[in-house]
Amino acid sequence: MMDLMNVSYDTQIPNNVGLSSDKRVLKALEKWHPGYINWWNDLIPDNFQQSLVYLRTAVSVDPKGWAKFDYVKMPEYRWGVLLAPQGEDRKIPCGEHMGQPAWQEVPGEYRNMLKRLIIIQGDTEPASVEQQRFLGLTAPSLYDMRNLFQVNVEEGRHLWAMVYLLHKYFGKDGRGEADDLLRRSSGSEEAPRMLGAFNEETPDWLSFFMFTYFTDRDGKMQLESLAQSGFDPLSRTCRFMLTEEAHHMFVGETGVGRTIERTCQVMNEHGIEDPYEIDKIRSYGVIDLPTIQKKLNLHYTLSLDLFGQEVSTNAANAFNAGIKGRYMEHRIDDDHQLTNDTYVVWDLEGDEAVRKDVPALTAINMRLRDDYTQDASGGVGRWNKAIEKAGINFQLKLPHESFNRKIGVFAGKPFDPDGKRISVDEYAKGEPNWLPTPADGDYIQSLMKPVYEPGKFAGWIAPPKVGIDNKPGDFEYVKLHMA
Amino acid sequence: MPEEKLPDTKALKQHLIDPEICIRCHTCEMTCPIEAITHNEDNVVVDADKCNFCMACIPVCPTGSIDEWRVVEKPYSLDEQYAWTELPEQQEIGATNGDEIEALDEAMAALLADAHKGAGGKSKAPASAAKPSVNLYNLAKPATAKVQGSYKLTADGSGADVRHIILDFGGQPFPALEGQSIGILPPGTDKDGKPHLPRLYSVSSPRDGERPNYNNVSLTVKREEHGVCSNYVCDLERGDEVRVTGPFGSTFLMPDDASAKLLMICTGTGSAPFRAFTMRRQRVAAGMSGDMVLFFGARTPDSLPYFGPLSKIPEHLLRKHLVFSRIPGTEKEYVQDRMMREQEAIAEMIIDPNVHIYICGLRGMEEGVEQAFSSIAESAGQSWSSMRDAMRDEGRYHVETY
Repeated sequence: MMDLMNVSYDTQIPNNVGLSSDKRVLKALEKWHPGYINWWNDLIPDNFQQSLVYLRTAVSVDPKGWAKFDYVKMPEYRWGVLLAPQGEDRKIPCGEHMGQPAWQEVPGEYRNMLKRLIIIQGDTEPASVEQQRFLGLTAPSLYDMRNLFQVNVEEGRHLWAMVYLLHKYFGKDGRGEADDLLRRSSGSEEAPRMLGAFNEETPDWLSFFMFTYFTDRDGKMQLESLAQSGFDPLSRTCRFMLTEEAHHMFVGETGVGRTIERTCQVMNEHGIEDPYEIDKIRSYGVIDLPTIQKKLNLHYTLSLDLFGQEVSTNAANAFNAGIKGRYMEHRIDDDHQLTNDTYVVWDLEGDEAVRKDVPALTAINMRLRDDYTQDASGGVGRWNKAIEKAGINFQLKLPHESFNRKIGVFAGKPFDPDGKRISVDEYAKGEPNWLPTPADGDYIQSLMKPVYEPGKFAGWIAPPKVGIDNKPGDFEYVKLHMA
Repeated sequence: MPEEKLPDTKALKQHLIDPEICIRCHTCEMTCPIEAITHNEDNVVVDADKCNFCMACIPVCPTGSIDEWRVVEKPYSLDEQYAWTELPEQQEIGATNGDEIEALDEAMAALLADAHKGAGGKSKAPASAAKPSVNLYNLAKPATAKVQGSYKLTADGSGADVRHIILDFGGQPFPALEGQSIGILPPGTDKDGKPHLPRLYSVSSPRDGERPNYNNVSLTVKREEHGVCSNYVCDLERGDEVRVTGPFGSTFLMPDDASAKLLMICTGTGSAPFRAFTMRRQRVAAGMSGDMVLFFGARTPDSLPYFGPLSKIPEHLLRKHLVFSRIPGTEKEYVQDRMMREQEAIAEMIIDPNVHIYICGLRGMEEGVEQAFSSIAESAGQSWSSMRDAMRDEGRYHVETY
């Protein structure tokens, strides 16, 4: 019997999908594999490729084998194809086919819709590794460097997960699309990544933490909704990816949190009470809270754009087809078909942002975005608690959804972070206070000096409260290769 | 460990989540197979009425906040946990206070304390040791393991019958670290007609299983002439089912640190934890030099458990001193005699802050070993008792004798 829990190493590609007896897909993946390795090797600076990194690797998809920690060189990381175990009698959870057995093969009528969703998801995974490729050179500690590389290898594995689906279920088209996932490149002129946010560079570590907090959280929400898919292989793939995604949320939340903690600590050490004494605060080599708010404004609003239009027929079709569900679909108490329901979305009436009822089916994106905002506000609350605990009078907050938008009803319209419609002039005047300026970027960049000694941290960030895998504070998370 | 009895207790180990560390990703909640984890707007919490310690949530947590435990008489309610902004301290409960709880059963804890008393003070786990799970199964709710194999380790004419027994736990989680013990419940009743209480045995397999990534453990058991449990265990055959409690013990653990050096001294079945230590290092620290030294005493080679497999472990990984006291025509040699012959090497080791010392076996060996250490320390102008106490307080000196 095929062992669907433990990872099999009998082919070059670790997997729990019985690849060794699926010659067609195995051959296709083996053909794709060298291109992937080349992509990886060209991407990450060579001395990091040669370093031993304390990474977790899954040896099985059940909780027991899920997180095995050991030193590994990144190019030797066991990227593989891992699906959560198949549920017994799983049913399509929503839409017009609700209650029918989940599809184990691609339903012909939804083939293109499915393929498109998988490609978009797949395209974001290598993109973020590309965006973050040089961060190792300025890591504030070996601990942070290890977390970066863990995120990177797992994004690489998520690419594998999507490529497997393309090869297994979409034949020749799928193989072509899988090749294109390696051909497109973040920020490239001729072949950019598909979504805007994934073509912006990640220039510094605060950006990286904000990215993992906000943008990877969009990824998490998308995976959550795909994990509800009636197409069972996609659902199982995404369910397993979600366990890995949690680590990325962790890196973001604690990364920003530790930056804030350090700033508060330094302010207290030097008796600075006013968080807006920016020059003075910066003179001690930490990032002032107003600048952190600006970074937050930027990354949050960029990530809102990733959810697409508030009212969308594509999203309605995907839900109705049972291809994509809602966040926690199984815990929502309604008919899961949205035949008569309405949902409140943002709209514009003249210059005013207004709330409006629309058929819930068309508001699937908005609903996921609302769930996202709620999820994202939790961490902001915890950051504020830390600021309050340090006795500093400052509160971070998520800007209004109308601020700084490129997609949706507010696209290109001047709103301030409180959601007030303002003139173009007022916006231009306010912008340097709301979004990071080049000078802010230069200042943050000036702090980005690597710290490679075990147990030591750059001056702008506090050490973590708990080590990875319960390791002590001075644990050597990366054994750097010094060539 | 030898055969001793242990009753049960009312104290309860409660699984909690640290709200200061948790990032509310809810991965644990999605993973929990019985929906024992839930959340409100503030905290993610574990329902003590539902949690069955299956540990499925532990590895999926990205933060480590999930791996928190408190021994309580009355579990914290969901509402209490929702209101927390930080975890409460461990309350002092009966005899089991402090941070390292060896067992929840009081008699069980007393038994381990007795086994560890040769260390001369309160035992501490190595700083880098993995967190052990303790008392997942008790008398009221034992695990059932299936015997996968039983192999005699000693020769027929050797006068000793020591067996290597492999127990498979199937779908029941049984996370046992190297150095921990488990309780075996022999069937039947004692002379007063009461059911037999469990007996304790050290596991001799590493944490990822006797076979890597199998949910099994091995034991090293010597048949005692009138031992109820040892005869039961040594007579077990493949396929038999055994009731098991534990795991127990939270200090006699190995450091999770490839740079730590181990000095291990044992007799007879006291070798069980050291087999586990060695296998763990062979599996994870491939490429590192071993930095392990073993002094192992037995009467004769054919009564020394694992004599064959031991001799196959390369010396650079494990430096072996196999010492025999009953070889005809040869002078009797005990572990302490060999230690004295190796005193220069040992003197170097005991002043090295990376060295962890472990002593395991019959209580009778303690005195001789202690004397050898004293004399080695003295020749280097040091006081053994203060060195030993310092090492013990740093979690680097461990004794388990019976």
